[in-house]
Amino acid sequence: MNHDQSFTNQEFKIVGTRPPRPDGVDKVTGRARYGADVSAPGQLVGLILRSPHAHAKIKKIDTSKAEKLPGVKAVITSADLPDLTKGDRSQLDILENCMARGRALYDGHAVAAVAAVDAETARKALKLIKVDYQVLPHVTDVDEAMKPGAPIVQPHVRTVGVNPAPTKASNVSQRTEFGHGDVEAGFKRADVIVERSYKTEQTHQGYIEPHACLASVGPDGQGELWVTTQGHFTFRNVCASLLGMDVAKLKVTSSEIGGGFGGKTHVWMEPVALALSRKANRPVKVVMTREEVFRATGPTCSTSIDVKIGATKDGRITAARAELRYQDGAFPSIWGMLGAMTSFACYDLENVKAIGYDVLVNRPKVAAYRAPSAPMAAFAVESTIDQVAVQIGMDPVDFRIKNAAKEGTRASYGPTYGPIGIGPTLLAAKNHPHMKAPLHKNQGRGMACGFWFNFGGQTCTDLNIGVDGTVSLTVGTVDVGGSRASLSLIAAEELGIPYEKVKCTVADTASLGHNDTTEGSRGTFSSGMATIYAARDAIRVLKERAAKQWEIDVADVTWRNGRAVALKAEHGNLSELTLEELAAASPRTGGPIAGHNEVVADGAGVSFATHICDVEVDPETGYTKVIRYTVIQDAGKAIHPDYVEGQFQGAAAQGIGWALNEEYVYGKDGRLQNPGFLDYRIPVCSDLPFIDTQILEIPNPGHPYGVRGVGETSIVPPLAAIANAVSNAAGVRLTHIPMSPPRILNAIKNGNGKSHAA
Amino acid sequence: MIEVQLSASLREFAGGAASVAVEATTVRELLRKLVERYPRMQKRFDEGIAVSINGEIFRDDRAQRIPEGAEVYLLPRIPGG
Amino acid sequence: MAQGIHVSMTINGDSVEYVCQPRETLLDVLRDRLGLTGAKEGCGTGDCGACSVTLDGRLVCSCLVLGAEAEGKSVTTVEGLSTNGTLHPLQQKFIEHAALQCGVCTPGFLVSAKALLDRNPDPSEVEIRYALAGNLCRCTGYDKIVRAVDAAAKELRRKA
Repeated sequence: MNHDQSFTNQEFKIVGTRPPRPDGVDKVTGRARYGADVSAPGQLVGLILRSPHAHAKIKKIDTSKAEKLPGVKAVITSADLPDLTKGDRSQLDILENCMARGRALYDGHAVAAVAAVDAETARKALKLIKVDYQVLPHVTDVDEAMKPGAPIVQPHVRTVGVNPAPTKASNVSQRTEFGHGDVEAGFKRADVIVERSYKTEQTHQGYIEPHACLASVGPDGQGELWVTTQGHFTFRNVCASLLGMDVAKLKVTSSEIGGGFGGKTHVWMEPVALALSRKANRPVKVVMTREEVFRATGPTCSTSIDVKIGATKDGRITAARAELRYQDGAFPSIWGMLGAMTSFACYDLENVKAIGYDVLVNRPKVAAYRAPSAPMAAFAVESTIDQVAVQIGMDPVDFRIKNAAKEGTRASYGPTYGPIGIGPTLLAAKNHPHMKAPLHKNQGRGMACGFWFNFGGQTCTDLNIGVDGTVSLTVGTVDVGGSRASLSLIAAEELGIPYEKVKCTVADTASLGHNDTTEGSRGTFSSGMATIYAARDAIRVLKERAAKQWEIDVADVTWRNGRAVALKAEHGNLSELTLEELAAASPRTGGPIAGHNEVVADGAGVSFATHICDVEVDPETGYTKVIRYTVIQDAGKAIHPDYVEGQFQGAAAQGIGWALNEEYVYGKDGRLQNPGFLDYRIPVCSDLPFIDTQILEIPNPGHPYGVRGVGETSIVPPLAAIANAVSNAAGVRLTHIPMSPPRILNAIKNGNGKSHAA
Repeated sequence: MIEVQLSASLREFAGGAASVAVEATTVRELLRKLVERYPRMQKRFDEGIAVSINGEIFRDDRAQRIPEGAEVYLLPRIPGG
Repeated sequence: MAQGIHVSMTINGDSVEYVCQPRETLLDVLRDRLGLTGAKEGCGTGDCGACSVTLDGRLVCSCLVLGAEAEGKSVTTVEGLSTNGTLHPLQQKFIEHAALQCGVCTPGFLVSAKALLDRNPDPSEVEIRYALAGNLCRCTGYDKIVRAVDAAAKELRRKA
């Protein structure tokens, strides 16, 4: 079915209002079931043995004693997970990350697993597994890993993107480059040049719910998996592929998800749980501890970035250059490339060059974290932009407005922009009351912009009308933040019925066609689009049923305000038929009434945000308090404004934690020192003020309602907004994230990179 | 005839060229013809490719039509979080 | 395996008996033996507050209490907040103010917020923020949570 995705300017009756979400009561009463909340008769407890070494050869694993322990029903190693990938290296990397194959690549890497009748027995069994390690030299720092002589993490890797193609193994898996024009010529024309280096430490998405699943595989090779995930269809495909199961014979049900932010878009222990169940022939429940989540899932990259920006004294950027070095953990990936792509995306530049390096280190396999790779690049670029503005003597907002990308700008990553929202967010920031709030001693204000792509993807939706006229809306995108409310609003709007008559459910993989993962800010965008078309499909059927009942031509029937209406004067005697009446009659007019839609939603467009932040820095302790924060972002059309605001506020809070406190601390032994919430300090309630939000609605021409994805973009500006605010508050320019109290104190004491007086 | 801009990591497969002229009306046709001409591009496409048409990025829809004279850019496939 | 310990206690007003291992936490007992999965294990070390319950009226992390310690005591969990199907004003306001996104921290917040309002019916914004500082939320940035608690406090004072 071909759909016209283009925006139609319309008045909404209920889209844009704020009704209660359908899963609200379950979640406030404790009834909602998350990954670890379900159990099966006869289930076993699965536990995973993890490497205590950052890098080691595994010479031998002796599981014999563990297997003999009473109550142990299965013990597995990589021998139980044969390589079925047929040469697909990225699939083999996933398999190897789930269970080590002859070498441990990071502290926490899984090397074996057990399934036993209870946790105590499983723990005893883990202790009985004897692993013979040969410890190897390790490297955990991104710049150290690039030096000649650094321990090699993946001996098969040769740097891609370098000419001539190298023959020696390297920790640099690829070099990528984006840009256009002539940056050297551009720098020559500049009156002011700022060149600076920056570092950001590794952070974790920090979802409060650890990974958990309940796996059940039978001797016939059929299986079920209950799991907390951002994409149960993707998990099904990957698990089936790795285990050699048929996709249709593995039913995956998504539990309620207790936070994901990108970290639950990949499998970590699910294939292991399935393999344990297959071997034990009983259901196996695997729940990660918080320590395992930090050590052995997918944090984001730590980075090292150099930026150089030149501008004329009247405020026009003449050239911009960045070299970005991102560590991907122990397996090659694309995060450095992505950082290079996004780094200068906010600006209209004649001469720009961004070079990205993807580097291997002995750390966990990096996963996406909400607008992956963009926050670090934005930190470096937006900090530099502020410094250039200061040197020219121009207001930082005006400087950005003068150089902002607009329709017709050639993006730094290549294509030409259509209509985009960065200008409006900057103008809204300039005029926002926050800018006029008074600042007191030791306080400073900073602002920054951020950019992120938004995606569509494969989406499939069913809309079934019950015999009483209430509507079951079945979707396949996992609800991470309230999308079921928004989707119900959309279905109700299209059908012309009250919101309360729609019940939205996230279906399992056996009940619906493939749906892509909820990431890339696509949940409401894609499923919303599919819901619109499914509803219109159902309306087509409803009109046919009315025509049948009235015995008139269907062309004479229209749908209005939840009713079938007969057009034409000659049908004037026919009273309207409500949805309830048509539904009640459906058994006799052709059976159940439904609408269906599959769409590869694309054309999601790009998303911009501008943040303003006020901080107070205590010069004696280096402690930074955020006293005021404003998020301004373009949402296209806010279907349910509460949940759009929620995305803005949540993303900003994560950025604030990233900017001020959160970091992975590795010891000299290559082991993670702080795998817990006490020492990996995320923001708590008393750390933050109310976060003010301004939703701009510049319609996305590629969506019938104008919707843009909103979930990710607001994690991009905070690192730089806060760095700029700290710079103005304390008179020191911090170039190392997080800007924790010791770093700020150190900078104040040593006058590190003094930018200008507050 | 479409003038396809190649991102830097793809240029090595096209002998260093920054853009390539291809006759194609859909994304599927475009990618097929590029692989016919430069077989080593297949590996890159398998790893993940996105196509920008007049500034709009398409990750999955191979049936997407390419209007005559559109600006077409091949980019790496971008994941979200 | 060690000898099981027999415990008699009260949960949400109901008398309950169970047998648990010495090292089992109250959280383990609630979730695995009593089927009360409202309290969540976010960290197991008392740092996130997702397992918050009250023990004889005192707010505790149930992951830091042993199952055996509950002998003769009275525990309230999120499942005991509503009465006869009527939501507590805190629960009502959390929904109205969209104070939850993924909702996994919500049971802990509700128990903590109730403990706050039981002893301080008219808390300031700062008092609310510090009372809830032991409950981590990663989705909301706490803004709507604080507003919901404030609104519930007002509602409870109005009804009193």
